[in-house]
Amino acid sequence: MSGIWSDTARRLKSSPLALAAAGFIVAVALVSIVGPLVDSNRFDTLDWSNIAVAPGAQHGHWLGTDRLGRDLFVRTLDGTRISLLIGLIATSVSLVVGVAYGAVAGFAGGNIDRWMMRVVEILSGLPLVFFVILLTVMFGRGVLLLLISIGSIGWLTMARIVRGQTLSIRRREFIEAAIAGGASSGRIIFKHVIPNVIGPVIVYATLTVPQMILFESFLSFLGLGIQEPHASLGTLIADGAAEMEAAPWILLTPGVLLAVLLLSFNIFGDCLRDALDTEER
Amino acid sequence: MGMRTIRYFLGRLGGAVPTLLAIITISFFLMRLAPGGPFDAEQSLPPDAMANLEAVYGLDQPLWIQYGRYLGALAHGDFGPSYRYRDVTVTELIGQGLPVSATIGAIAIAIALCVGVALGTLAALHQDSMIDYATMALAVAGVAIPSFVLLPFLGLVFAIHLHWLPVAGWEPGSAADLVLPVAVLCLPPLAYIARLTRASMIEVLRSPYIRTAFAKGMPLGTVILRHAMRPALVPVAGYLVPAVAAIMTGSLVVESISGLPGIGRYLVQGALNRDYTLVLGMVIVYSTFLIGMGLLVDLLYAWLDPRIRFQS
Repeated sequence: MSGIWSDTARRLKSSPLALAAAGFIVAVALVSIVGPLVDSNRFDTLDWSNIAVAPGAQHGHWLGTDRLGRDLFVRTLDGTRISLLIGLIATSVSLVVGVAYGAVAGFAGGNIDRWMMRVVEILSGLPLVFFVILLTVMFGRGVLLLLISIGSIGWLTMARIVRGQTLSIRRREFIEAAIAGGASSGRIIFKHVIPNVIGPVIVYATLTVPQMILFESFLSFLGLGIQEPHASLGTLIADGAAEMEAAPWILLTPGVLLAVLLLSFNIFGDCLRDALDTEER
Repeated sequence: MGMRTIRYFLGRLGGAVPTLLAIITISFFLMRLAPGGPFDAEQSLPPDAMANLEAVYGLDQPLWIQYGRYLGALAHGDFGPSYRYRDVTVTELIGQGLPVSATIGAIAIAIALCVGVALGTLAALHQDSMIDYATMALAVAGVAIPSFVLLPFLGLVFAIHLHWLPVAGWEPGSAADLVLPVAVLCLPPLAYIARLTRASMIEVLRSPYIRTAFAKGMPLGTVILRHAMRPALVPVAGYLVPAVAAIMTGSLVVESISGLPGIGRYLVQGALNRDYTLVLGMVIVYSTFLIGMGLLVDLLYAWLDPRIRFQS
């Protein structure tokens, strides 16, 4: 077990692309936490003497200000932190739900499996984005609802992957030994099945984070996610798109940051998959 | 089309109707479960005025009667009145918006399919060449760069700096208005289709019957089009429904930014205004369309891969 992980780590370290992507993500995360503490501006203070000024150091706003005179450096970092946090929490939610659901379906097999996967199939055929929008109309817009609705989309593929993996190890000797030893189904699922399907789960979780961030930004961009005065990368891009003729810098920073961040997560996930993939070697 | 295909299709159709009914039912009751009524925003109406308003919209009836009425009206294509746009019905709004959305959506999916399949095939034929790397880079970027970043950026470059294209707007018949929205809409599915086609084409090209075709001296174009294309397209057909869903999702952004008067913009506006009936109607339209797409894809599968017809 530890051999696989040290092998994977070694292979990841020898890939400059993976290192660059991971380095960028860590750096952005750190700066988004530390930056707002260090900078004297706050995300919601209005600087009336500097409305929509361009980036520069002379007026104390590194990345300029928006049309309300709010500092874009601090707002972008705050928004990045919120986007990253929501991405991580939503991924965790879909990870827990998806792994549990998939493992139970795959381990139970038979009719239980058929019905559980039928539910997944029907749900994945629906335009879930539109249901999430429907939910925001009915229950208002808040961070909690945002997390629930984003997480509720992410677990479907995870459940499928885990179920497939579980099916393939269900008949292996160590599971039979556990059954023969009198272990309960719950114990077998949590102690024997899940630890052995963790590789693909980690890969897919890495690839889920950018999806969740993207979806959060998408909803926030439309005005259905994070609400003023708080910012996420999506709301910052929406602000920027509205002012792009007069003040293109408002759009440029969060836009480039989001694109590179999503790219980094995707590249790192792909590299991780290649590094973990024992069959391709 | 043989009896088997028809029976297979009818079977799938029989499965789609309950799904759609379930969607409508769940959405309807979710809407009624929500805290607060649609008229909460009106500043403190006197109770009898509120009662009158609710009576006009039939909201004073028991829930199952409301549900029955909604279904009955829906069967006649009536999505009910919009709670915010007082003078128009949801059906009228959909009637205005659907042609716009359907036009840009259809163009985008057509471009994504043609260009995506062509790029993927070229990349598969010239593995590890420049075109292969370019296609793979496009595939990664197309999936990672969100439409709501790409569209403003392209607008900044092509409309504001170069003045080649209008920034936003919609005049019937003006193709220039559509270039940026369609380009942004088709990029993610195009990228993914190119990636899928490349992978499946590489596999198909390795199979014995393709080698036989080449050995007979058949020209490359004929081998690809007559023999390799159909099986290579099976995974692409499987991606069609997600592709349409991606274009629908993207159209919410694109229509909002470009000011195209499609149903995507109405959905976003309706959601921001908490216009219950409008959003419910839009969700039903989108779901119906997506389920219909799924049925079409089933037929397409049966054509692309004849083995599917003989399983039930």
